[in-house]
Amino acid sequence: MLAPGLPHFLIVGAVLFAFGTYTVVTRTNAVGILMGVELILNAANVNFVAFNRFNPSPLLTGQVFSIFVIVLAAAEAAVALAIVLAIFMTAKTIDATQADTLKE
Amino acid sequence: MVVVAFVFWIFVKEVLPGLAPVATQGAELARPSDLLFYVIAAVSIVSGAGVAFSRSIIYAALSLLGALLGIGALFIFLSADYVAVSQLLIYIGGVLVLILFAVMLTSKIGDKSHTNPSIGVLPGIGLTVALIAVLGYVATKTPWISNPNAPNPAQTARTIGDVFLKEYLLPFEVSSLVLLATLIGAVVVARKEIKE
Repeated sequence: MLAPGLPHFLIVGAVLFAFGTYTVVTRTNAVGILMGVELILNAANVNFVAFNRFNPSPLLTGQVFSIFVIVLAAAEAAVALAIVLAIFMTAKTIDATQADTLKE
Repeated sequence: MVVVAFVFWIFVKEVLPGLAPVATQGAELARPSDLLFYVIAAVSIVSGAGVAFSRSIIYAALSLLGALLGIGALFIFLSADYVAVSQLLIYIGGVLVLILFAVMLTSKIGDKSHTNPSIGVLPGIGLTVALIAVLGYVATKTPWISNPNAPNPAQTARTIGDVFLKEYLLPFEVSSLVLLATLIGAVVVARKEIKE
């Protein structure tokens, strides 16, 4: 057992990012895709905070940036779920492969 | 489950050998806090796999809860208490509840097997494995400037508040504008149109 250093946190972030990418790529449920996006943003946050911890700056730049990421993720989730609800009201489905009205 | 096991096997095979130099550098006896890190990391990663591979969208949302909790615990582990509390309040209290609302409003909960279908599973797994391998390689092989004994910041909340009102005042105000635009935009997009 070894003490967790910077690479450990980066690996956790990388694995979470990969799972989030898998979710975004393979899901057809629009809400499921959104969950993948949240996972990706959280993985980025882990990296920011880990770099801030192991390279401390007096301004806590990494933590401040991760707070901005959290704010933008909340805004993104609100707008995206509103769009999903609007699609559900018009198309009666949230399957991302079915919402192809513009193609016809 | 087979898929999860396969990804973990790849992880063990590809990434853990890269950790061996780190192990020889920083080998020391296990401390409870180190064990705690591995437990928290395992909870986050397994929950993340649940989000990615779960058949039911409700289970995926609950796995997302576990992943967000685990990541918040990682933030506490990195002595970023303010970010951890923000994570709890905004993600788990806000975003996750919003996602659960959307799930309840849109999908038919009755047929559990069809709530969260997947397409292109094999290319997706290939992409995941490639991402984990490349990012794990970069994370372990790069000579990061890293100081494990760096002093913990004493007053995170106070420093972050100072910094928000001094150095990062413009992004702070812009993000408040973004939130206002989000509020209005979400209402406009999700409302029902009243036709005359």
